Amino acid sequence: MFVLAELKDTIRIAPEQFHLKLSEAVRDEINRKLANKVLLNVGLCIALKDIVKLGDSIILPGDGASHTEVIFRYIVFRPTVGDVITGKIRSCSREGVHITLGFFDDILIPPTALQHPSRFEEAEQAWVWEYPLENGEGHDLFMDIGEPIKFRVSREIFEESSPIGPPDQAESASTSASQTTADVKTPYRIIAAINESGLGVLSWWESHGQEENGEDDGNEEDVEEVEMDTETV
Amino acid sequence: MEVSNPCYSVLTNLEVMESLRGIKDTKKKYGLRNLATITYETLQFLEETPCKNQTREGISSFINEVKAFKLTKTECLAIVNDPPTLPLHIQLLIEDSEERLTEDQVNQLLAIIAKHLITNE
Repeated sequence: MFVLAELKDTIRIAPEQFHLKLSEAVRDEINRKLANKVLLNVGLCIALKDIVKLGDSIILPGDGASHTEVIFRYIVFRPTVGDVITGKIRSCSREGVHITLGFFDDILIPPTALQHPSRFEEAEQAWVWEYPLENGEGHDLFMDIGEPIKFRVSREIFEESSPIGPPDQAESASTSASQTTADVKTPYRIIAAINESGLGVLSWWESHGQEENGEDDGNEEDVEEVEMDTETV
Repeated sequence: MEVSNPCYSVLTNLEVMESLRGIKDTKKKYGLRNLATITYETLQFLEETPCKNQTREGISSFINEVKAFKLTKTECLAIVNDPPTLPLHIQLLIEDSEERLTEDQVNQLLAIIAKHLITNE
């Protein structure tokens, strides 16, 4: 889920920071630049782990600052495709189920990757898994906001978000339009899936486990689990 | 900015949590608001996961004890980060688990996980 990325950059240390130790000043500067930002094709940057190499500092004519080439390692949130992560449901909409991890919000489970069969309940604004019972009827399992959910990462999408031009083009209509397009463009999105047994809202599976454990540990558990698998598939 | 290696190594959630706690303790008096936000939010998330109770020793003894099961590194990492409690969860994290592990082995594995990775709940 988290990886270390090795990066190289030239860091400018302004004269007012010369009283600090060079390594301290460089650390601060790197964190100021990267923390909580998405680096294209690298992931969401969290915090500096360590500095691998500090190069020689140089000064440029006309600039009182020093420039240092630094190789460093940064803690980055970058789940690999296939990872299973537990998050919380942020909201449900026609587009699918949105999930949050607290520090990262752009995770979407599209309707096609929900448990089958699922339907969207307009009144409740929630997705519902119509869990099939043995007698042919269905049992509705709601996906409510805030519930912990286990999902598998199925795709990652990086998008270059270039700086947006000057917003004031006279008409307010056009600005609102450009704002909405800017909102839509997220630099790093994760597409997830829960269409496997064991994935989805945690309580769906926990209750089964507990019941079985309560009855008798051992083989029975596995037998029932297998039955459930065949039902859901 | 130059990316020399986007994935130098993988980290367990515990390692991330330790570094972030270190950063949080050495509070800076000015600036760095982004860093403060992301460390706070990430710590909030991590402290709700089982890694809160894990120790480095626990993880290394877990790795040693599961050698016999011939799991891949990625599978071990996935188990450490999100320790399964049900046989069903094992199926999710380990590819072809039905063929690679017998029922007894799955139960043994769950016991080892409970011992080293989900301590003092």
